[in-house]
Amino acid sequence: MDISALPLGEITFTPEGGLRLGALARMADVAADPAVREAYPVIAHALELSASPQLRNMATIGGNVMQRTRCSYFRDVSAACNKRAPGSGCAAREGYNRGHAILGTSDACVATHPSDLAVALAALDARIHTRGPGGERTVPFADFHLLPGTTPDREQDLRPGELIVAVEVPPHPRPLASGYLKVRDRQSYEFALTSAAVALHVQGGVIRSAGVAAGGVGTVPWRLRAVEQHLVGRRPAGGLWAAAAERAAEGARPLAHNGFKVDLLRRTVERQLRIVGGGS
Amino acid sequence: MSSSQPVSGDPPPDASPWHVSRRTFLVVTGVAAGGVAVGLAVVDAAAPDAGTVARVALAVNGEPVVVEVDSRTSLLDLLREHLELPGTKKGCDAGACGACTVHVDGRRVLSCLTLAVRLEGADVVTIEGLAPAGGALHPLQAAFIEQDALQCGYCTPGQIMSGVGCIQERHTGSAEEIREWMSGNLCRCGCYVKIVRAVEQAAGEV
Repeated sequence: MDISALPLGEITFTPEGGLRLGALARMADVAADPAVREAYPVIAHALELSASPQLRNMATIGGNVMQRTRCSYFRDVSAACNKRAPGSGCAAREGYNRGHAILGTSDACVATHPSDLAVALAALDARIHTRGPGGERTVPFADFHLLPGTTPDREQDLRPGELIVAVEVPPHPRPLASGYLKVRDRQSYEFALTSAAVALHVQGGVIRSAGVAAGGVGTVPWRLRAVEQHLVGRRPAGGLWAAAAERAAEGARPLAHNGFKVDLLRRTVERQLRIVGGGS
Repeated sequence: MSSSQPVSGDPPPDASPWHVSRRTFLVVTGVAAGGVAVGLAVVDAAAPDAGTVARVALAVNGEPVVVEVDSRTSLLDLLREHLELPGTKKGCDAGACGACTVHVDGRRVLSCLTLAVRLEGADVVTIEGLAPAGGALHPLQAAFIEQDALQCGYCTPGQIMSGVGCIQERHTGSAEEIREWMSGNLCRCGCYVKIVRAVEQAAGEV
């Protein structure tokens, strides 16, 4: 089925100041949009650090949110994988799991969600708009990607016959400083080992609201609410970023080869908080 | 995504999609966006609306062409196997190396991940069409020669098509910026330094 002719490619701002990205808007077009770059740098950064220029010219926002894990055992049809073949087991748990998740994992699955854009959208409290035989629905971003649990083959809250029509970022209080940091094995054209999306609203010298999420570490785009809670109501300062980032890896369950991600995640979050929030 | 299998009892499929028309196919159709199979139907590929073989009218290097293609055929295979344009190279055939880069409607894309059936009305430019036949080379082609920006040459058509896109997108402000915006094109010979120099040179001339 080819949906590419549907009129779902628009990039628009809502009257309230939110951003609506049509499901068929191209990654390259969203990243280059001057209004997007001005209002939500974290979205533009996350997109430009994804894939390659050719792929960003082809790939869509809806497709990016729907992309599947890069777990090599999921891609290898000769390996056990509960996501690909429910009940067959998980070769990654005892296999080479350096790139796998440390957060949100289950006995059945430790695969990492690969999207950068989704990490930015998680930090911004986005919503997914769908349309299907049962009508239109709006799904909070935090509820859209499903934790693997015992059913890792079920990855999204998308019903049979349903289509994503748009992703909406709600209006945020201004000024909003935001950005995305991606740490990987090579400088470009690579998936994240760890990443951090940060959006801060600072007024009167106090952090009034904070959106922080991490990539490369979770089975779904991973919202860091404990980090956010530590930031809100406090004044930006050098020591604050480290103290908040210390909470980034709460609940982490490292595997044999990815223990380094626990500390790397904390330091990635701390660095990006400092970049966005300022201070030494 | 669609997949097709011949029903048992039929002769094995011919390698050429031109010979599929009398076979009956079991077609499983899924909604790509949902990843969920929603329909199962037995269709006769001989019927023109069966969806297995489609007629597509597009322009390739400025020439209008009408082709009948299997719905699974990539633009890369259409170019190389059906239109006798082998300049576009098949490296990984999985979107990882950039060797198959062409321009569709003025944008650099990977032809191995582009289904030909989607290209109705599209304007495709390949390495063969970058410069007029018998005329001067494109400045980036000339720069690749002058800078000696290749060894085996297999990635070169993709590098050049990508580099032309990089220049058109104005991402040539520095060697570092060129490296980032050319990162989708791998070169196993390791000619990156000279490839960046060639793009820098051509960016100053275009």
